[in-house]
Amino acid sequence: MAAFETPALGEYPIIPLVREGAMAHSKPFVAKPEHQQGLGFPGALVPDWEKIAVTKLGELVSQSRALQVFLDACVKCGACTDKCHYYLGTGDPKNMPVARQDLLRSVYRRYYTFAGKHFPKLVGARDMTKSVLDDWYSYYHQCSQCRRCSVFCPYGIDTAEISMAARDIMDSVGVGQKYSNEIIGKVHKIGNNLGLPEAALRNTLDGLEEDVKEATGVDVKFPLDEKGAEVLLITPSADFFAEPHIDGLIGYAKVFHAAGISWTLSSHASEAANFSLFIGNHDNLQKVAERIREAALELGVKRLVVGECGHAWRVAYSFWNTLIGPFDFLDPHYPAPQHICELTYDLIRRGALTLDKSANDDKVVTFHDSCNVSRGSRMGDEPGGQFTIPREIIRACVNKFVDMAPETIGETTFCCGGGGGLLTDDLVELRVKGALPRMQALQRVIDEQGVNYMAAICAICKSQFTKVLPYYKHSMNMIGSVHGLVSNAIVLQQKQ
Amino acid sequence: MSALTVLYALLFYSATAMLVGGVAYKSWVYARTPQPLKIPIPPAPTTRRGVVLRLLLEVTLFKSLFRANKWIWLFGWVFHVALLAVLLRHLRYFTEPVWAWVALIQPFGLYAGFAMLVGLAGLWARRFLVDRVRYISAPSDHLMLALIASIAASGLAMKYVAHTDIVAVKVFFLGLMAFDWQPLPADPLLLTHLALVATLMTIFPVSKLLHAPGVFFSPSLNQVDDARERRHTAGWSAQAGPAARAGGR
Repeated sequence: MAAFETPALGEYPIIPLVREGAMAHSKPFVAKPEHQQGLGFPGALVPDWEKIAVTKLGELVSQSRALQVFLDACVKCGACTDKCHYYLGTGDPKNMPVARQDLLRSVYRRYYTFAGKHFPKLVGARDMTKSVLDDWYSYYHQCSQCRRCSVFCPYGIDTAEISMAARDIMDSVGVGQKYSNEIIGKVHKIGNNLGLPEAALRNTLDGLEEDVKEATGVDVKFPLDEKGAEVLLITPSADFFAEPHIDGLIGYAKVFHAAGISWTLSSHASEAANFSLFIGNHDNLQKVAERIREAALELGVKRLVVGECGHAWRVAYSFWNTLIGPFDFLDPHYPAPQHICELTYDLIRRGALTLDKSANDDKVVTFHDSCNVSRGSRMGDEPGGQFTIPREIIRACVNKFVDMAPETIGETTFCCGGGGGLLTDDLVELRVKGALPRMQALQRVIDEQGVNYMAAICAICKSQFTKVLPYYKHSMNMIGSVHGLVSNAIVLQQKQ
Repeated sequence: MSALTVLYALLFYSATAMLVGGVAYKSWVYARTPQPLKIPIPPAPTTRRGVVLRLLLEVTLFKSLFRANKWIWLFGWVFHVALLAVLLRHLRYFTEPVWAWVALIQPFGLYAGFAMLVGLAGLWARRFLVDRVRYISAPSDHLMLALIASIAASGLAMKYVAHTDIVAVKVFFLGLMAFDWQPLPADPLLLTHLALVATLMTIFPVSKLLHAPGVFFSPSLNQVDDARERRHTAGWSAQAGPAARAGGR
């Protein structure tokens, strides 16, 4: 890993000048054959790959109205050019959303459009060559698929769709990304990203029960594979192990305990994350999601609740009904699936939880909207519920809450810099630089309003900030789970 | 019948066929291609009515663009509105008698010709002055601006520099529409103007001008945010796991 400089935080955000090739060296480790084959991809670059890639591109476009429209409609107006956190953090022009799209659009034009077939130079069409493939590998792994650019596009062109397609094509010719593909392989084999087997999971949960008992004197249960429970909780496996994620898991358990809702985790579906989204492969997307339906049926639960995980909530909210529905076997009185924040918020509104805000009085809290929750899903019944509900929960649990600048939150929130399958140490330079816009907004509320804690509802955001906050001279303990705040504030009574 | 008249008559028939046929074909391709997953972009409406309103605001006020960049919005919006006014003004060449409201907007159409040029100049300047936009501009992006600007300039020149016989022009176009060809005046400005317009019509369906029909088919803009309430399936998502399961039950 070459040394790099952490970007300086200026007094106000600036749009950098174009610095060609500034991040051309950034690429993640390539998947080895054993990471590829479990997912149905060739182990290494196949012979005649150019032709196969071009054919695959045509297939993907013919199967997706989104791609069909997005590849035609761009007028190169430039509205998106200053919207990507990776461009703002690096100045590399290929990190401008339109330029990133053009890496693939240029090939599509060359092989599938009249203008590109006959006048390639005129419209910037390119043959599928090794150098194009290398560019794809580098820059489609500098996109966290956060969709911020598409909010500003007059045609709603979603770079995430194009970046997913490019990764799917690369996988289909044998060039995969190690980080994502190795993880998806573990889910297929064991059921979670960490490769945590049932015994280890049970052990961890037992340990948590003891910890909570010690801290509160209350018997809060962390049930696993309990048939007949009302709720099956699907949560990112980071919640079982990583800090500060685990405080969130403790928070969920306390909420269930306080509300008297019977719940369980599943060892078969012990993962909310579905990294197949990142690699744009729908067979794997389907297969990973299917485990959750199987677990829900096997355990006979009535409700599906999803823990704090950004892209998992996008997959759950937007895709589960399509992929693993219909949910006619669940209780129709509850949304299927339901976010843990929706569940907690509902209980708070009904006065079913006792919360002592003063337990969080050491904190001045702000909230980081995670990209996939903000721009790939919703909560509650009203548009924008994904922004108001987590904030209402925080306000119910803390006395001091402030928001960051409006253009950096809500639907125009900045990605943490580690989403979309980029949360790996081989991309740490990109992750640090991509965090710049968020760090800038955070620095302002730290300086002006004394913020000392940032809550989030995404496992990737939490891990990413834990890693990058120290680069910007902040403690990694500044980042926490929303349900970690709930966990601190909730007042439990021992069940009789 | 002069060779020139025949040439331009055929040119406009083929340009019209390309424009109408090409856009219809592309729209059909967009319409028949499935969108397997729900991918609306916030702020996403939760009802169909909301989607109609959203698209209306996008295509009339360029709402997202306004949010993104005030300069692009200003030049882009001025250009498009002016273009609309100019097109409406030109209806007088295709209707006899001229509709009252078309007669009424004639002066506005004239100002719009200048506004169009201002908008185009602004957009074009950005392609040179803003380094990010310079980077993403291909030769075709400059050519498109050059083409439309030349159409506007040649049109204005016929009004302010060298008048052409517009009565004869109207007779020519009414004749084309009735398949009863009438002579076209051999005025160089007019011939330039018409040739450029025919070029624009012809390349419409193979160029980025497809953004016009495309915006209506964009799933991120036209989908309703109701994934949990209504099960959405299309294309591969209609044949994959769930359907396979249903078949097996």
